[in-house]
Amino acid sequence: MTAVTDRQKLSYIAAQAADARVNVELETEGMTLNIGPQHPATHGTLRIVAQLDGEQVIRAEPMAGYMHRGYEKLSEVRTYPQVTTLINRIDWLGSFANEVPFILAAEHLMEVEAPPRAKWIRTILFEMSRVANLILFLGDMGVQLGAVTPVFYAFRDREFVLDQIEKATGGRFHPNFDRIGGLKDDLPKGWLESTKSSMDKVRSFCDEMEDLLLGSEIFQERTRGIGVIPADVAMQYGLSGPNARGSGIDWDLRRDNCIGLAYDELDWKVWTHPDGDSFARFWVRLQEVREAAKMIDQLCDGLPSGPVMAKVPRIIKVPEGEAYVSTENPLGEMGYYLVSQGELTPFRLKIRSASFNNVSITPWLLRGVYVPDIITILGSLYFILGDIDR
Amino acid sequence: MIPAFAEPLLALELAYWQETLIKVLVGLAAALGLTGGVVYLYLFKFVSFMQSRLGPMEAGPYGSLQLLAEVGKWLQKEDVAPSRADRVVFGLAPAVVLTSTFLIFVVIPAGPNAVIADLATGIYYVLGVSSLSVIGILMAGWASANKYALIGGLRAAGQLIAYELPLVLAVVGVVITVGSLNLQDIVAAQANGEIFGFTGIGNPFIITQFIGFMIFLIAIQAELTQTPFDMPIAESELVAGYHVEYTGIRFLVYFISEFATAVAFAAVASTLFLGGWAVPESWGISRDAMHWVGPLVISAKAVFLVGVVFWVRFTFPRFREDQLQTLAWKGLIPLALANIALTAVFKVVF
Repeated sequence: MTAVTDRQKLSYIAAQAADARVNVELETEGMTLNIGPQHPATHGTLRIVAQLDGEQVIRAEPMAGYMHRGYEKLSEVRTYPQVTTLINRIDWLGSFANEVPFILAAEHLMEVEAPPRAKWIRTILFEMSRVANLILFLGDMGVQLGAVTPVFYAFRDREFVLDQIEKATGGRFHPNFDRIGGLKDDLPKGWLESTKSSMDKVRSFCDEMEDLLLGSEIFQERTRGIGVIPADVAMQYGLSGPNARGSGIDWDLRRDNCIGLAYDELDWKVWTHPDGDSFARFWVRLQEVREAAKMIDQLCDGLPSGPVMAKVPRIIKVPEGEAYVSTENPLGEMGYYLVSQGELTPFRLKIRSASFNNVSITPWLLRGVYVPDIITILGSLYFILGDIDR
Repeated sequence: MIPAFAEPLLALELAYWQETLIKVLVGLAAALGLTGGVVYLYLFKFVSFMQSRLGPMEAGPYGSLQLLAEVGKWLQKEDVAPSRADRVVFGLAPAVVLTSTFLIFVVIPAGPNAVIADLATGIYYVLGVSSLSVIGILMAGWASANKYALIGGLRAAGQLIAYELPLVLAVVGVVITVGSLNLQDIVAAQANGEIFGFTGIGNPFIITQFIGFMIFLIAIQAELTQTPFDMPIAESELVAGYHVEYTGIRFLVYFISEFATAVAFAAVASTLFLGGWAVPESWGISRDAMHWVGPLVISAKAVFLVGVVFWVRFTFPRFREDQLQTLAWKGLIPLALANIALTAVFKVVF
């Protein structure tokens, strides 16, 4: 750190005073730009009110709530199997991953455990929803920066993954496949082979993105050093998932708190990047897609045999108690705080979704950036509106 | 080469205004026809190929009539103006932009006589009228009474002014080499030229003025506000920039002018650097035949260059406004000045 001399301080104050005088004389006040709720870059209906000075942001505030659907309250009048239908729609790009922590919380209270085969299939589908989700992010980041072609590749290759999810569960987007005590069905015949070939497609997509976006000088110019989140600030705002790992925080619930899933038995790595900028977040997600493809290959090879459903009563009543279970979802930590009073329905369900915390850093992060960087930063934070508003 | 039935046509004596009228109509038809062809070929099909999709397939064979369908759709749309818009300026802005586009076509030669006005200061005129579109864009940005449009309009103004300079400076190298501003002279110099005595391909200036050609291509990419220089439009940030409030036929006018300008600049670039309508003198094609071959030659070159523009457009992400200005002022302009100095030295030495 270089010391700031009095002279520098004085000249800074003088410059500020001169600016203020000009502002008063010419009445150049800032402009309030309302980005959203309907805007191509907000993935839905997030609204950002930005105060601009020219193209520079003085203050920006996200306003969530345009898509609030009241899932926490609605789930209080649904039986436990019915709740999964709702929570599928929280992060709609990685639906299956939403079901898992809720089911795990209910299983924890009921003291049942899914058989090993069900655990492994859960892990496969969990990672596939991560791939389906993050592939779209990788392509979409290009659109945010003005390159329209990558997103078409993303939609093309995501289809191979969604096809596999559909073959196994019957639903492309909303599988609703996870049950307390196991899974609805076993996998169809030949599914494992076609899954492995779809993972080859995913890997070649990742290579394509590395050529088309990551290696492009313009992309690097636009993302490196833009929206830097230091690790301590990321911790303070409760960022999780790839956003935290992009800031160098080596924390992944799959490795650090793995319950009910088969990650312990796999050979994989948690990727982090020390920079904390938009580029780092993109890079971490790209590596995570590759890592997920690798994990799915291992899971398909080592899938144990046996039943996919444990013995559970026909009518599910969860005993009295409270449980919080969180997993590492595509967007970050997703947790369910489940309070049961021994009835057919949850007494109270609190959903901790990743995007809400991830987006709460925007007022801090958007201060002083240019208008195009708002879009870069929002794109690299990667939120899903359903995941913010629930 | 001239067919027998056309002989009496050539013998016709026309008054000046009749001749001009015919030239303008033919020029307009050629410009619009080429623009339509380019939009179908690149915006619909080439881009679809790049993005692994089919593009329009239903309207006509391989979707070739899709453009007509689109135009018909736009013509039917209601012409909406925001209630707080400055209606007169709002209405005039697209006309200004379109005028600027069509004025460029006036001096582009497509054959020995196929030029609407053979101005002695041809290229100077082109660079002048092409800047007129800035006024139209600023008018649109201001009159729309929309913040996105205003930001887009101001960005466009800053960008177009910044990239006028490299555009002009890139041309200066060619002008020094030829010693004339007239586009026909520039074409003739390339057709008659020689490379160390080898006359097989003439002397297209892309060889001696390669730096100038690259600067010119980058600058027209920016002048046309195509990605990676499309911040004035920036659909992921500013929704549609300065034409965000335009609907129906007025939007159609912007659309036409965007792609017609692409064709016009590509034609100018092929005239300046690729030899224009002429084929090398040594090929021995008679001047009469060039009346018919010339337009085809320059069209092919222009369509190829538009293809390059679109290829770049659909591959790269866009720059940020300040990065774009940095590229123009710190990169392209010094390079273009160095190119001019180098050209002048070579001109004196050889």
